[in-house]
Amino acid sequence: MSQESGDCPAALVSERAWRIRSRVLDHTVRNGGGYLSQACSSAEIFATLYSGLMRLGPSTGPPEAAPFDATPGERSAVRLLGASYNGPQRDDLDRFVMSPAHYALVLYATLIETSRLAPISLEQFNQDGSTVEMIGAEHSPGMEATTGSLGQALAVAVGRVLGRRRRGAKSRFWVLLSDGELQEGEMWESFALASAYHLDEITVLVDANGSQCDGPVAEVLPIEPVVERLVAFGWEVREVDGHDPEAIWQAASTLVARRPLAVVCRTSPWHGISSLAQRAPRFHYVRLSVDEARRAVADLEASRAGRSGG
Amino acid sequence: MSYARERTEVVCLSADLTSSCEADGFKEAFPERFYSMGMTEQSMMGVAGGMAREGLVPFVTTFSVFVTRRPYDQLAMAIAYPCLPVRLIGFLPGITTPGGVTHQAVDDVNLVRGLPNMTVLDLGDATEVETVWQCLDEIPGPVFCRMLRGEVPRLFDTPMTLGKTRELSGGDDVVLVTSGVATDYVREVVAWASARGTGVRHLHVSTLKPFGDDVLLEAMRSARLGVITCENHSVVGGLGSAVCELVASEGLATKVVRLGIQDRFTHGGTAKYLARYYGIDSLAVARAIGALSGEAWARKAGGLDRELAEELAAELEQWRETLDGAPGHETLGRAGQAEPAAANVEAL
Repeated sequence: MSQESGDCPAALVSERAWRIRSRVLDHTVRNGGGYLSQACSSAEIFATLYSGLMRLGPSTGPPEAAPFDATPGERSAVRLLGASYNGPQRDDLDRFVMSPAHYALVLYATLIETSRLAPISLEQFNQDGSTVEMIGAEHSPGMEATTGSLGQALAVAVGRVLGRRRRGAKSRFWVLLSDGELQEGEMWESFALASAYHLDEITVLVDANGSQCDGPVAEVLPIEPVVERLVAFGWEVREVDGHDPEAIWQAASTLVARRPLAVVCRTSPWHGISSLAQRAPRFHYVRLSVDEARRAVADLEASRAGRSGG
Repeated sequence: MSYARERTEVVCLSADLTSSCEADGFKEAFPERFYSMGMTEQSMMGVAGGMAREGLVPFVTTFSVFVTRRPYDQLAMAIAYPCLPVRLIGFLPGITTPGGVTHQAVDDVNLVRGLPNMTVLDLGDATEVETVWQCLDEIPGPVFCRMLRGEVPRLFDTPMTLGKTRELSGGDDVVLVTSGVATDYVREVVAWASARGTGVRHLHVSTLKPFGDDVLLEAMRSARLGVITCENHSVVGGLGSAVCELVASEGLATKVVRLGIQDRFTHGGTAKYLARYYGIDSLAVARAIGALSGEAWARKAGGLDRELAEELAAELEQWRETLDGAPGHETLGRAGQAEPAAANVEAL
């Protein structure tokens, strides 16, 4: 199980995070809307995970995303198609399970920025007959389970870890959660199971952007105090600035024996595109006018200049 | 037990009803392959799916309502969609428990039959419970199997075969199709009808999805007066619905009378009381046969006269005593430890 991840390649991660945002913004502008705020909040998390924090083998998926062929019941190989972008299924390699499938566009952009998926694949996003779906399934690049119905990925990871233990393997499983889905009851069943079975193979990263479909999480249904609640459920919990790659890297690099680890990443749904802030409290699905799009692009450029300048 | 001994990939997940589902034997024999999940039915589906992705064959055991109605979305997304070899064993099928509406799985078959990739089984006797395990190996995807525990009737002496309809009696007038415990509940009606000159072809179906074989189809084609279905389940989405779908898609002109729970919620009581009250016993089938035969007493609006019903029930009771092996109930799973029906109240 990977525990020695070395040093965080912070400059590379920041550059990739910026490119992920840029690619998602570009896509949102061209398509008249998209899950843009999810990219703003989670770009550093994705970029950090895919820049060496996770120990993944090279992608074995087709560089250009495959067209839709069948569901797993019709052709069982489809079950592993999305996962193939995260490298081969080997006990000595990590796996990544994304719980909020609404982040699919961010995941696809990440796979492109880490050379696991050809950029042209994004042209298939949300097109009929494509696997590059808006809210994907396990045939979609990078998706290891069908998780669009929120709150279900952690249970799958628990089962996979227990399954690997049956054959004597200990493989690290990374699970990305959004904060809104902590409202789902199943999440807390799964938190309890992971700690009861001492699954220190599991690391959860929570993109705590404080935002969900209807508005701020705190107003829709408060979930805080997340850190204290997870501690009470027997988890090792660390809270970090989710836009700080080194902080994420460090928090996820040291494991505690027999305890699953949760890294609560505090993030902002407009990070990198400051003009999005005025859309508060609605960030779930962003549509931009021509003027707004122009301002967003300028904001993103400025954030890059500011970063390299600072 | 011997099934699990030979198959090291088999694991068992239990949601706090281990002894009530008679999974305690597995737990004792293979403790390292037994997973206590607590009351986490939703997560349990994801965990079972995750284990199956790693090459295991998880058996998920709890009451049927708790593997279907409660975690339906998880069952659909974590097990049925990826088409994983998870075996869902649902106990307390239909109205066989005094536990009442919360524990009575009257819509479980309907729910799982609606999910692509599912194989759906409803076992009718002790032989099927003992031999279903051999059938499972040939099913690459998920299976839902509802069955009784404790006292189970023994009707058949040949092992179960997937998708194969069993013929309990021949007859040219009425085709009676039953599944699960309903097969035992109503079987004396054949002799009763025969004595009155009506031939009943009694078929038992244990594979509800995929549904229909040549035996069933041929019987429905030849039903002179009509087809009667009787099931320990709602008439919506179970055996009766499946028969109607088959009849319609084959373009047959036969009438189908669906006995079962008539699209209503139920309440708790003894199995015998509930079967009578909700009309899944031989009395209900006798009346349906009478109605198909055009007998006035059976077609009366508002049901049978009380007196007539009692008389008919007594008559059917006598016919039941003439059946081979009656009462034919035995206790499975716990050798030498007969579990009285009343003890089913335990741990609800």
